[in-house]
Amino acid sequence: MLSFDDNGIYCKQANVYIDPWKPVDKAIITHAHSDHARWGMKHYLAVHNTIPVLRYRLGQDISIQGVDYGELFEMNGVRISLHPAGHIWGSAQVRLEYKSEVWVVSGDYKLQNDHISTPFELVPCHHFITESTFGLPIYNFPDVDTVHDDINAWWRQNKEEGKNSVILAYALGKAQRVINKLDVSIGDIYTHGAVDNINKLYEQQIGKLPLAKRIDASINTKDIQGAMIIAPPSADNTPWLKKLSPYKLAICSGWMQLRGARRRRGADRGFIMSDHCDWAQLNTAVKATGAENIYVTHGYKSIYAKWLQTEYGLNATEVETLYTGEQVEGETDITKEQQADEGI
Amino acid sequence: MKAFSELFTRIDQTTSTNEKIDALVHYFSIADDKDIAWCVALLTHKRPKRTVRSGELRDWSVEMSNIPQWLLEESYHIVGDLAETITLLLPKNSLHNDYRLHSIIDALIDLDGKDEAERKAYILNMWRQLNGTELFVFNKLITGGFRMGVSDKIVIKALAKFYDIHENIVAHRIIGKWDARHTSVKELLAQTDVNDDISRPYPFYLAYALDTPVDELGAVSNWQIERKYDGIRGQLIVRDNQLFVWSRGEDLMTDKFIEFHPLADVLPNGTVIDGEILPMKNGEVLPFHVMQTRIGRKNVTKKALQEAPLMMICYDLLEENGEDIREQPMQVRRKRLETLLEETGKLHNHLPLVLSPIVECHSWVQVADERLRSRELNCEGLMLKLKSSTYKTGRRRGEWWKWKVDPYSVDGVLIYAQRGHGRRANLYTDFTFAVWDGEELVPFTKAYSGLTDKELLQVDAWIKKNTLDKFGPVRSVIPELVFELGFEGINPSPRHKSGVALRFPRILRWRQDKTAKEANTKDDLLELLNVQ
Repeated sequence: MLSFDDNGIYCKQANVYIDPWKPVDKAIITHAHSDHARWGMKHYLAVHNTIPVLRYRLGQDISIQGVDYGELFEMNGVRISLHPAGHIWGSAQVRLEYKSEVWVVSGDYKLQNDHISTPFELVPCHHFITESTFGLPIYNFPDVDTVHDDINAWWRQNKEEGKNSVILAYALGKAQRVINKLDVSIGDIYTHGAVDNINKLYEQQIGKLPLAKRIDASINTKDIQGAMIIAPPSADNTPWLKKLSPYKLAICSGWMQLRGARRRRGADRGFIMSDHCDWAQLNTAVKATGAENIYVTHGYKSIYAKWLQTEYGLNATEVETLYTGEQVEGETDITKEQQADEGI
Repeated sequence: MKAFSELFTRIDQTTSTNEKIDALVHYFSIADDKDIAWCVALLTHKRPKRTVRSGELRDWSVEMSNIPQWLLEESYHIVGDLAETITLLLPKNSLHNDYRLHSIIDALIDLDGKDEAERKAYILNMWRQLNGTELFVFNKLITGGFRMGVSDKIVIKALAKFYDIHENIVAHRIIGKWDARHTSVKELLAQTDVNDDISRPYPFYLAYALDTPVDELGAVSNWQIERKYDGIRGQLIVRDNQLFVWSRGEDLMTDKFIEFHPLADVLPNGTVIDGEILPMKNGEVLPFHVMQTRIGRKNVTKKALQEAPLMMICYDLLEENGEDIREQPMQVRRKRLETLLEETGKLHNHLPLVLSPIVECHSWVQVADERLRSRELNCEGLMLKLKSSTYKTGRRRGEWWKWKVDPYSVDGVLIYAQRGHGRRANLYTDFTFAVWDGEELVPFTKAYSGLTDKELLQVDAWIKKNTLDKFGPVRSVIPELVFELGFEGINPSPRHKSGVALRFPRILRWRQDKTAKEANTKDDLLELLNVQ
């Protein structure tokens, strides 16, 4: 029912693309990260609470239709519904059913409960399209609460040493996740403009976050002491960041599992925190869907496909896409223009 | 083991030299003598002999983590470090232990000669009990290559601070041969007599590459200017009528240099000379590769002795009649070196010692001209040493500079890439480059360094999108990117398809302005070989 063409993942019967990377007429968007939600589609469809972020990033004037999780709709006989993917708040998997064949496009997803996203919902299917960002057995992410405890302990220690704490995290998703579990009794929380913009949308759509002050012209950076500052990865090595000295820098990412990645990044700390599946989560999800046909996209796709073939006897194939998964090397999930807008 | 793992973590989590020193000082204050000895030994590259092969570690870890062998290999290519890969793959446990660093190393050393079953039982037992950093440190102890981001200099500073002994003395005492299993660092540092171990060399004083305009160095008359020779930097020691020759890498290489053996009876006892060992014939320096083939061999043949007779070009005198004279200014040490060689030369013919000639210059312009002559003399450039400089330890700025000639350069096309190790793990950073031979591209060198981190990421992303084929960990890519490669020398090599082998190849810059067609040719390389 689905095919992969130059524009993206395509359903011919419904004449709709899922997360296309070139301009098309109709696009269903799994979530608002820039490698999945691109500019230039005539019509967009996504879950309700992700629409404000899509408008913020793609333009207020885009044509977009909202649906609820689990709400069934039809496109030329194809029964389609969106289900929680647990990746970031508002992220969805897309279920498509036609003549009793079921496909699921999972986009980016994780099974861990991050306490800000609607948790991943298992959707049984015949054909499952999965990412493989961390599709190697070396990736075993620690328990979520332990990581939050570590972050708070790190912040406390830095404050004792008279330093600020800076965490670089994606503005959309990771930043809210980190802020949500900060221990406000330790000190003040500040945000970069790019993070604050998304925080406001989160608070409109989902719920309250601990109080965080936006660093703008009204703030004297000398008053920021022993504080926690949340900034997007693109803020690294900028004059904006230097003004917050003295500070310790941490990165929150699944890549921090590897010592080489940690050292390369030159951060003081790497917290292993990802919005993607680790090895065990991927295997759990793939098996639980009951799907016989697995399409492995962005990540260690050839290795993971081989594993699914040889260990589970599944019909697994690797598929080339333009999705990028979790980036950590100074890249960002927003475009250059938006960086300029947000004064990064 | 817990304390040492914590030390490892603290050092791993900081880039600040002072914080690293503090972490070490803290460790010295809580660890006992035996653990301190091993800590210092490991950090200064004195590793115990390896007793478990990496093939065995692979087999056993695959068995214990219940994954297929190929998946371990794939994981290893991504992680870039076997010890870390195994650490990440092994199942977690919730056990506690109170092993000590030295007891683990003793146990590992004792595995030597034991049969496989016994060694396996020990390793698996440890794997079941250790977790996280402790497990990683344990695996690193087995595989060796223990690098913690701590230089010898940091260890020396920390020891000096903790034991309140001058850095120079610490540096001298911990260099050379000592057995961590039977040595207490406290006692090692407290020894008063320099000659308690008569083979012990002094730490080498190394120069940084000149990075300021030469005329900003002040009056040229304040500087002693010498050629920078391309050989093996070494220290020649005669004490108690015995000869010792050390390389800069702290290898005792006396046996390799038969030519120097008579010096034991010729030089006065208590003599230490710093110099460059290189092949010389009829007063002329021969290219480095003439000596290279000889150094690798266990036994030196008569033929090799004739083809590559070695001499030492003497730079400096560090010990005279048993007295450490490193605190004397350069010009004083030089005078004494001259006198020593002159007087010894009067009594003995054909000594394998030559005084490093001073390049007399009256202006920096003249110095610059002399530098350009380096290659025709088989030299790498010039050394600039302040006449008032004392002989320091390690690499220092300011008083000694090396001013090398510009490297040779050639534009090559990137054709293969492989993932790197360590902090380059998971990135395609190990490159193979080719030049044109007619319509064909022939590989001629590999290069790993020279690009900025940002460029590495760009090239890595490009490689992933432009892969033609994968052979195990290696990818062949569309021949499109051109890089300017620098190297110090070029030698004929029948083993390479291009017919040449380069010395110290590295990337000078990414030629984004050039297409693959504009890269150099094999003939260009052969021409360099001829003019050399």
